[in-house]
Amino acid sequence: MSIEKIWVVVEIADGNPISSSLELLTQARAMAGTVEALSWGPDAAKAAGEVGSFGATTLYDVGDIGDALPGVPVAAAVKALVEAGNRPDVILIPTTYDGRDIAGRLSAMLDLPVITNVVGLSEEGDEVRSEHGLFGGAKVAVARFTAQRPWIFVVRAKSFAAEASGGGAADVMPAPVPELGATNAAKIDARHVEEQSGPKLDEADVVVSGGRGLGSAENYAMIEELAKLLKGAAGASRAIVDAGWVPYSHQVGQTGKTVKPTLYIACGISGATQHLVGMKGSKNIVAINKDQDAPIFSVADLGIVGDVHKVVPKLIEALKARG
Amino acid sequence: MNVVVCVKQIPDPAAPQALDPDTKTLVREGKLILDDSDAYGVEMGLQLAEQAGGGEVTLVSMAPGGETSGLRTALAMGAAKAILVSDDALKGSDALATAKVLAKAVERAQPDLVIAATESTDGYTGTTPVQMAELLGMPSVTFAKKVAVSDGTVRVERQTEAGYDDVECPLPAVVTVTAGVVEPRYPSFKGIMAAKSKPVDQLTVADLGIDAGQVGLGGAGQEVTQVADAEARAGGEIVVDEGDAHEQVVRFLEQLKLV
Ligand SMILES: Cc1cc2nc3c(=O)[nH]c(=O)nc-3n(C[C@H](O)[C@H](O)[C@H](O)COP(=O)(O)OP(=O)(O)OC[C@H]3O[C@@H](n4cnc5c(N)ncnc54)[C@H](O)[C@@H]3O)c2cc1C
Ligand SMILES: Nc1ncnc2c1ncn2[C@@H]1O[C@H](COP(=O)(O)O)[C@@H](O)[C@H]1O
Repeated sequence: MSIEKIWVVVEIADGNPISSSLELLTQARAMAGTVEALSWGPDAAKAAGEVGSFGATTLYDVGDIGDALPGVPVAAAVKALVEAGNRPDVILIPTTYDGRDIAGRLSAMLDLPVITNVVGLSEEGDEVRSEHGLFGGAKVAVARFTAQRPWIFVVRAKSFAAEASGGGAADVMPAPVPELGATNAAKIDARHVEEQSGPKLDEADVVVSGGRGLGSAENYAMIEELAKLLKGAAGASRAIVDAGWVPYSHQVGQTGKTVKPTLYIACGISGATQHLVGMKGSKNIVAINKDQDAPIFSVADLGIVGDVHKVVPKLIEALKARG
Repeated sequence: MNVVVCVKQIPDPAAPQALDPDTKTLVREGKLILDDSDAYGVEMGLQLAEQAGGGEVTLVSMAPGGETSGLRTALAMGAAKAILVSDDALKGSDALATAKVLAKAVERAQPDLVIAATESTDGYTGTTPVQMAELLGMPSVTFAKKVAVSDGTVRVERQTEAGYDDVECPLPAVVTVTAGVVEPRYPSFKGIMAAKSKPVDQLTVADLGIDAGQVGLGGAGQEVTQVADAEARAGGEIVVDEGDAHEQVVRFLEQLKLV
């Protein structure tokens, strides 16, 4: 049985499909003849044009879920479609807060397993193989489902490039949420948006990140300054996010953002496997660390064994001097 | 308020990790320790039970070989008792099977609140707690960075792409906490001594009424077919700073046409 139909869960932020979902639509197109999208929220139907231009022929619209967390209602809507006989071979879900919730709920509702942390997908005969980074990306594992379809994969951001195919708008079909009980009781009371300036961390061409080697929260200012001078974004290791020096939105790594900029500069970051998985795909990596044995140097194109408090301020001065 | 905290016991992440050549799953043998990710959950559970002015923390863990080292650490922190599911039939279980086992074990404790980590250190599927919540018929709030309970409702600051959401949820519910939410306490000497005699209820798959065919490698709906070395990045240039290393960085930036 070949792979004929793939569904892609399309998350919408600020009125538009997020790039991870567009990446998945692109990859789905390479693997199956029919690609369909599923989305929710007040703006879902408006995404028909965009998902269509990435190859989806149908957009299942779950509708406005109000102040509910998406996990339960979206998974229940998918389950209802599947039980009504509309069975895709594969369901692709982006690794996001809500994506992971949807995948977990759907897996238990359908009593089917889910494969997470996918960084590559390929079709092999009648099967789909998924790739996974192990030990910080030092090894690659290949996995497959032995269970029945649909096969649910949760895929990390930037595993594929997003490319439009120029298709017309997708047909919008309703995918109503069935009656739900206690499981859907969590409600959002208020949403808080953290201010940010400059390019987004996961879209920036240059990312400058700081770690515990900075010594204190105040010293993060030089990371921000260097990032600004290079028109980039400022990132962080989890150590300094956990310590409360910077907000979580700056975190790069397994539980944070995946970045693939032209240049990544790691300042006072040791290079733990969970950090490496989030930045190892950068085109160029510069690391500044006082310990010459720090694992970060194993992925650096240019490694500076030195003190961030000396090297970074001088670098900032040199760049400022160039104007 | 009775709180269940799911705690995974894992091989020491600081020790070299290995894969079983046959099943290509992580080798989970020898002494296991409390997953750091779950230490936050234990601390959170203890604080919430204390604030509620009554009730206790029960640990739930699924681990091979009757392993209790990690549980003892959490008991020493102050948890009252533990349920350990240990059974050879569980070897190689995937996240869904793990969730089925945890759900049955959690049910026994009749909790008001179930806490887990957003993801474990060694498996990091991050789906187990939500799968478990669905099987328990409970709502869930994931990625909690702040948690408070009052009047039968849990209030959570939930991490989002843009910032955070205030989420309200009636109990019983499953909440997953991120690292750094609270500062896990160090077990006191008294705590360590007391932990030795706290009850650990050890159960098998049959005790939970689960069909052994549903769990373990046989019940897993997925398998690893191959593990290979990743394409290594070509070794870079290493420069020891003699006071002018920043100039090397500037030259590198010039090459990339970033300045
Ligand atoms: C489940 C799980 C998920 C995780 N997810 C993430 C994640 O998403 N992202 C992440 O980053 N981490 C993550 N971690 C944490 C990770 O394991 C490391 O603990 C963390 O990345 C370490 O941060 P760090 O490099 O800033 O700190 P450290 O490991 O403490 O390293 C500090 C470095 O700074 C250097 N240094 C000190 N002083 C100076 C100086 N003056 N000048 C130059 N260098 C100096 C030191 O030599 C050292 O190498 C996760 C862990 C777990 C268990
Ligand atoms: N075997 C287990 N025993 C107890 N809790 C577990 C187990 N596996 C997963 N969990 C819980 O689920 C969380 C997420 O695990 P994972 O899905 O592996 O990322 C863990 O941090 C634990 O809180």
